Amino acid sequence: MTTWTDYLLTDSPSSRRQARLGQMYRKWLAFRRNPLAMVGLCIIVALLLVAAFAPLIATADPLAQNLDRRLLPPSGTNVFGTDSLGRDIFSRIVYGTRVTLVIVLLVVVSVGPIGLLIGATSGYLGGWVDRALMRMTDVFMAFPRLVLALAFVAALGPGLENAVIAIAITAWPPYARVARAETLIIRQQDYIAAIRLQGASQWRIVWKHVVPLCLPSLIVRTTLDMAGVILIAAGLGFLGLGAQPPIPEWGAMISAGREQIFDQWWVATFPGIAICIVALGFNLLGDGLRDVMDAR
Amino acid sequence: MTSVVESPVRRRSWGETAGRWAKIASRELVTVAITIFGLLLITFFIARVIPIDPVLAVVGDNARPETYEAARIELGLDKPLWQQFAIYVGKVFTGDLGRSVLTSNTVVDDIKRVFPATLELATLGTLIGCLLGIPLGVVAAVYQGRWPDQVARIIGLFGYSIPVFWLGLMGLLLFYAKLGWVGGPGRAGVAFQDLITPVTGILMIDAALEGDWDAVRDAWSHLVLPASVLGMLSVAYISRMTRSFMITELQQQYVIAARVKGLSEFRVVWRHAMHNAFVPLVTVIAVSYMHLLEGSVLTETIFAWPGLGRYLTNSLLNADMNAVLGGTLVIGAVFIGVNLLSDILGRLVDPRTR
Repeated sequence: MTTWTDYLLTDSPSSRRQARLGQMYRKWLAFRRNPLAMVGLCIIVALLLVAAFAPLIATADPLAQNLDRRLLPPSGTNVFGTDSLGRDIFSRIVYGTRVTLVIVLLVVVSVGPIGLLIGATSGYLGGWVDRALMRMTDVFMAFPRLVLALAFVAALGPGLENAVIAIAITAWPPYARVARAETLIIRQQDYIAAIRLQGASQWRIVWKHVVPLCLPSLIVRTTLDMAGVILIAAGLGFLGLGAQPPIPEWGAMISAGREQIFDQWWVATFPGIAICIVALGFNLLGDGLRDVMDAR
Repeated sequence: MTSVVESPVRRRSWGETAGRWAKIASRELVTVAITIFGLLLITFFIARVIPIDPVLAVVGDNARPETYEAARIELGLDKPLWQQFAIYVGKVFTGDLGRSVLTSNTVVDDIKRVFPATLELATLGTLIGCLLGIPLGVVAAVYQGRWPDQVARIIGLFGYSIPVFWLGLMGLLLFYAKLGWVGGPGRAGVAFQDLITPVTGILMIDAALEGDWDAVRDAWSHLVLPASVLGMLSVAYISRMTRSFMITELQQQYVIAARVKGLSEFRVVWRHAMHNAFVPLVTVIAVSYMHLLEGSVLTETIFAWPGLGRYLTNSLLNADMNAVLGGTLVIGAVFIGVNLLSDILGRLVDPRTR
């Protein structure tokens, strides 16, 4: 045990890998000191575990209807009660973690690289390319995200894929902004000038040297943004424009419980709590990562 | 004896100030023009990608080919895309957003009718957000790193994590159904429905103008919950920004000077530091106002509030594209307007830019 920490914390690392691992370990130590961030990390890890082992955790089939057991209050067999089609709400929430994760992952995978590329290109090349691209982000950011996403879903038609596309279209501009701001600082550095003098192409400089340095602030930005993505996805689901029934999407589940809110409160309440916890987890994690990863 | 050294703080002449302002104004105008152009481009693009055939929507499914073709030409869909866009822009600027299929009014008339309700909601929401958020942020800054700061941080993070439509439902469940403190969904109770003649469109003011205080109370009881729910959304953002501005201000030397002069801590914080922190806060309040307009889309759906948000979602669910795009465009334009206004206001309250 001590040998490992010695290896990681040494002042004179003997290899690049050791230095890099040592740096990561130090960051982890700093991160661990922040209790709120650790709570966030635990929530996200729990989310991943629940999604992975959903069939083991769920007490019933999330799609199995049982009209004899409609709208039952929380009890021993149905921990969170049943909905208007007699489905077990706890099991639906458990399976809903998968839907949430799919949405989040798809948005990250599509938005991150696009925002990064546009921002880094814009910042590195400057001139009219920069002006044109930044004007474009201005226009998109002039729109409220939810309203723009709504308009896109209205055009594309409701559904999980279209909701993801709409969210992605509205989500990239802030990423481009962050990447551009980072690039503007990085490109002034001497080592970039050195690489340029060695004859590296502009693409090589952007991809190999600028982009990797933008990553930390983008990761922070992404984590903080995930809560927003989850809330917008839930909002679209709530309006019936996101995942379609019978998919156990949390926003749609709240919408389904809306009519019975005064008599059967549990139908809408528990999915909402699930959304809150997961969004809070991403927010806490992002907050902690920001403190560790970019000190500025 | 006259001093040869000019004072370092030279007052700008009137001409200089006017020239600077003209320069700033022209730059702002170009920005706004480009943004509005982009806005129109996006709504036009959305209108083009919809799978619904706009011609069929007019002539019906069983139209003869000749009728179909005539309608297509009438709608201008045979022209090249850039010409269609030019026509669209021309129409928008003459105040023609088309006709809503759902209400069979023009979209402009519809929006004029529903917008005051949203304005009422978002304004009170922002007010609540400021009244709670600013003190919270100031306290967090003063007790930086100690428990009040942690509490403020947790409240802020919760504010960023709660879906507004769920919060609205929970509010209705608790304050309306269980406690009976507030009126239910809608803008007015059944007894007061359509009794007040709209003057400003803002129910409470109209009722007060008529001197009907029962109606004012009723309107208030319906307004207070949705506005508070919206306000909670902005508390997180406003308090967080207030905190960071106040931390900057409290490190300034004038704060030390004020303390050395023996002013009470209350006066130092709330008069001296707060005064300066307020300058950047203007922009923050404007931004949160815009976010509340966005939040009103979902909140209005929950509270059956007859505003722009509900109009938008209603049209959406009925595939009433003219209304959707018109509403989107208006919200976008309001965003740009508020942004511009906050920019100007920020410059006005900041003595350094004078």
